[in-house]
Amino acid sequence: MNLFRLFKREQPSDVARDRIQILLAHERSVTGSSNLIALLRDEILLVVAKYIPVDLDQVDVNMDRGASLSTLQIDIQLPISAKPRQVVHCDA
Amino acid sequence: MGQVMVVTSGKGGVGKTTSTAALGAALAQTGQTVAMVDFDVGLRNLDLVMGAERRVVFDLINVIQGQAKLAQAMIRDKRLDTLFLLPASQTRDKDALTEDGVAKVMKELTANFDWVICDSPAGIGKGAVFAMQHADLAVVVTNPEISSVRDSDRIIGLLDAKTEKAKKGHDVEKYLLISRYDENRATSGDMLQIDDILEILSIPLLSVVPESQEVLRASNLGSPVTLCSPNSAPAAAYRDAARRLNGEVVALTIPKEKNRLFGRIFGRRAA
Repeated sequence: MNLFRLFKREQPSDVARDRIQILLAHERSVTGSSNLIALLRDEILLVVAKYIPVDLDQVDVNMDRGASLSTLQIDIQLPISAKPRQVVHCDA
Repeated sequence: MGQVMVVTSGKGGVGKTTSTAALGAALAQTGQTVAMVDFDVGLRNLDLVMGAERRVVFDLINVIQGQAKLAQAMIRDKRLDTLFLLPASQTRDKDALTEDGVAKVMKELTANFDWVICDSPAGIGKGAVFAMQHADLAVVVTNPEISSVRDSDRIIGLLDAKTEKAKKGHDVEKYLLISRYDENRATSGDMLQIDDILEILSIPLLSVVPESQEVLRASNLGSPVTLCSPNSAPAAAYRDAARRLNGEVVALTIPKEKNRLFGRIFGRRAA
């Protein structure tokens, strides 16, 4: 990881790249070709939303593809007031 | 049998017609016979960019409907005698195109020319599908800008679904032509990077055409930029693209910019 990147303001070109990548990941999944990121994003969100209320505008999904390692990063902002949903445990 | 190449993009105004004219002229300059077909029925412009607007007598629709023979409708370029143009109709609309009619014209063209270049209308409608239907290869013109990249992605999907080749289970060769590229804005981080676009669309790069005033000047004068300003950066980019289309291996450079950026891209890609 490049340390300088931590201090550098994000460039418009980087914002554009991230936006278009996420958008296309979604659109490609809608138009048929299977897409891992969109599927993962939706399912992970579903799981989180099951326990904590999540505002869908406060979700940030990023995919970094490298030669040997790719990372999927999902930032979900939780409101301070967020309380876990009541989870009903079933005693068998 | 000639090769059919569609120049397409989805988005309008990215340089399809300019690129068709420039590539057509560059290919014809190598001595090959080239037919350029304008598929933008109702909004034709290739005739204007080629400076042939006053020589149009018959058009694609006339040929399809049997009112003229193909040879009567083809306009020979005044500068290059192996370069021909088949204009679109300006007074009709896209419904005048028929599947059988287009197939027949394309068959006759491929029998007589080394290259048939189809200039696609913008959008993903009927006209764009007709333009790509018989293509062996596609040049997807993209500006380094998110809306253009998004539309290109859509067109690539269409190429894989709607072309005859794809329907038969073959691959349509697809190449990316990045136009209106501004090195200064890319370096300052204001413009999508070439390697990002390549990664997102994942089709091979044909060429990068720098933003240049020569392109507007050429269309004002009614001449392909490759003929009008042969020493300009866009002309060099299109010439390189034509050589690659002919199977030559040409080192990727952005004309004028001396390898710097491409060194970076390929350095990274090789890693």
